[in-house]
Amino acid sequence: MRRLRVLVGKPGLDGHDRGAKVIAAALRDAGFEVVYTGLRSSVDALVAAALQEDVDLIGLSVLSGAHLSIAEKLAQRLAERGAAGLPVVMGGVIPRRDHAALRGHGIAAIFGQDDSIQSIVDQCRQLAEQARRSQ
Amino acid sequence: MKDDIETRSGIKIRELYRPADLGSWRYEAKLGDPGQYPFTRGIYPNMYRGKLWTMRQYAGFGTARETNQRFRYLLKEGQTGLSVALDLPTQLGYDADAPEAEGEVGRVGVSICSLEDMETVFEGIPLGEVTTSFTINATATILLAMYQVVAEKQGVPRDRVAGTIQNDLLKEFGARGAWIFPIEPSLRLVVDAIEHCTRELPRWNPISIASHFRDAGATPAEEMAYTLSDGRAYVHACLARGLEVDAFAPRLSFFFYTYTNFFEEVAKYRAGRRIWARLLRDEFGAKSPESWRLRAACVCGGHSLTKAEPLNNIARTTIETMAVAAAGLQSVFTAAYDEAFAIPTELSARTALRVQQIVAYETDLATTCDPLGGSWFVEKLTDEMEQKIESVMQDIEARGGMVACLQSGYVQRLIGRRAYEWEQKVAAGEQPVIGVNRFRTEKDQDVEIHDADPALEKAQRERLAGLRGRRDGAAVERALADLERTAREGGNLMPSILAAVRAYATTGEIAGRLRRVFGEYHPPTDF
Repeated sequence: MRRLRVLVGKPGLDGHDRGAKVIAAALRDAGFEVVYTGLRSSVDALVAAALQEDVDLIGLSVLSGAHLSIAEKLAQRLAERGAAGLPVVMGGVIPRRDHAALRGHGIAAIFGQDDSIQSIVDQCRQLAEQARRSQ
Repeated sequence: MKDDIETRSGIKIRELYRPADLGSWRYEAKLGDPGQYPFTRGIYPNMYRGKLWTMRQYAGFGTARETNQRFRYLLKEGQTGLSVALDLPTQLGYDADAPEAEGEVGRVGVSICSLEDMETVFEGIPLGEVTTSFTINATATILLAMYQVVAEKQGVPRDRVAGTIQNDLLKEFGARGAWIFPIEPSLRLVVDAIEHCTRELPRWNPISIASHFRDAGATPAEEMAYTLSDGRAYVHACLARGLEVDAFAPRLSFFFYTYTNFFEEVAKYRAGRRIWARLLRDEFGAKSPESWRLRAACVCGGHSLTKAEPLNNIARTTIETMAVAAAGLQSVFTAAYDEAFAIPTELSARTALRVQQIVAYETDLATTCDPLGGSWFVEKLTDEMEQKIESVMQDIEARGGMVACLQSGYVQRLIGRRAYEWEQKVAAGEQPVIGVNRFRTEKDQDVEIHDADPALEKAQRERLAGLRGRRDGAAVERALADLERTAREGGNLMPSILAAVRAYATTGEIAGRLRRVFGEYHPPTDF
């Protein structure tokens, strides 16, 4: 079986990529194939890259507070492209009170600064495997 | 206890230090008095007796109106300088009504789209009496021009306009990510601002060479080394422009991060001052002692703060603020306990300011210069940090200097590796983080956090639409065309930017013309 593939992206204008890069490295060490798209990707560019690279999971890092509008737009674009089943996780500076709204936009898991790398990797693996099976 | 204890920069710490550990150490050569070369003990003879550090809390959100109110509140509570946080669209040269700005307007700072917004931010605040720092980089020249014009309209003489623009693009490429243009035109703009200030704004700091490398993962020694190496690159760039070293070096300022590794932080600053003084005097031949001084501001907080048990962060920032007081820095921003959640509330912002006031006025830290000087441990650690920092700087030089190392992605890769190593140490429990991997509570504290009001984005768009309707469109176009021509043909861009700002051209319009000429930077995406 092909290795699990994940796209790690930073949508919006925020330039803090420490978390995104640490998670990308951890996922790589855990056996994932990681596509990191760098800073300031538009939602359209992220969706295009995810479909082109045929990933099993999208992981987004947002620290600027723009997470809600990004999640909403991403859900729309994925649905338009027939990829609503592709799981998306988010990390960054995301207040708990926004979690319900993010889940409403289809975000499967939300990570914060205090989640251990291991638990993030485990949840990503579980979601990616599920997505692979349901294809 | 383990016997192989190391500082975060990888320096072995002994169980006990004695005079013999310092060997042939001599006071005059290593320290000198405060205010004397090599400034290990501080850059002024009487340090905080002469002038306490400036308490400068980073603030700003929403529209200019909200930020003006927060500034007046902080000044009323005893803050002594202003520090403007700008939203990301402003930092990246997009107006509030640009598609790229959607969801980001007024989020992490205030939205400043034009001179009109800058006028509102400082309404009722006399610019001849406060100093203002802007964390602004890619669009620093535009914001500086706006501030200069507001001061002029308030009738403040140019030689009383004081403050700082961060204007340090190299660390944006290396760590912070808020770049617009490629490296070369970015450096041109940095030097334009420096040159402009030497002519027109003698009390302004046209650059604050900043150490965001640390928050991105670098060790304290690497943080200082990369930042001083950036400083060296800027000195080279200014000399290449034809500026005299003693005309601009006294106005170079620095900005660092301070975490809870108390003694190592103190040693880092003492060693950094020594290295910078030597670099300016011996490598660049600066004659004026003012050129040799490492004037530094810092933030206490950043990545050292946790989301778990947020009130613990007050203890962390207190220790950090004590470290910078002991180290003798010139300006301090103590982060709020809710930094890992959102921008601060009025309560968390005030508490952070109180931390500084307690360290300044209740403790005895500010009563004497360099209070830890002469400690065998601190002096030994200062010497070892100096060696460590210098060896990193030599590595950078051997690879062609900081600009080359950023172009190749060398520094970015090292920083990314360090960040990953840190997380692995935390995961393994080797690096204790209280409340996270040690002494963890299951039920987390909830704190009240800042509520971003989505209506503010709309309000800012409407305000901007109003301005676009009111202003003299032909005058704006003339100014922008002149700016574009200067960008293409060469010459300092500040006069054209000032003219465009006076005509109420927007941040996005000015940056847009420069984008057209300079293009955009494309970063490496390896990790």
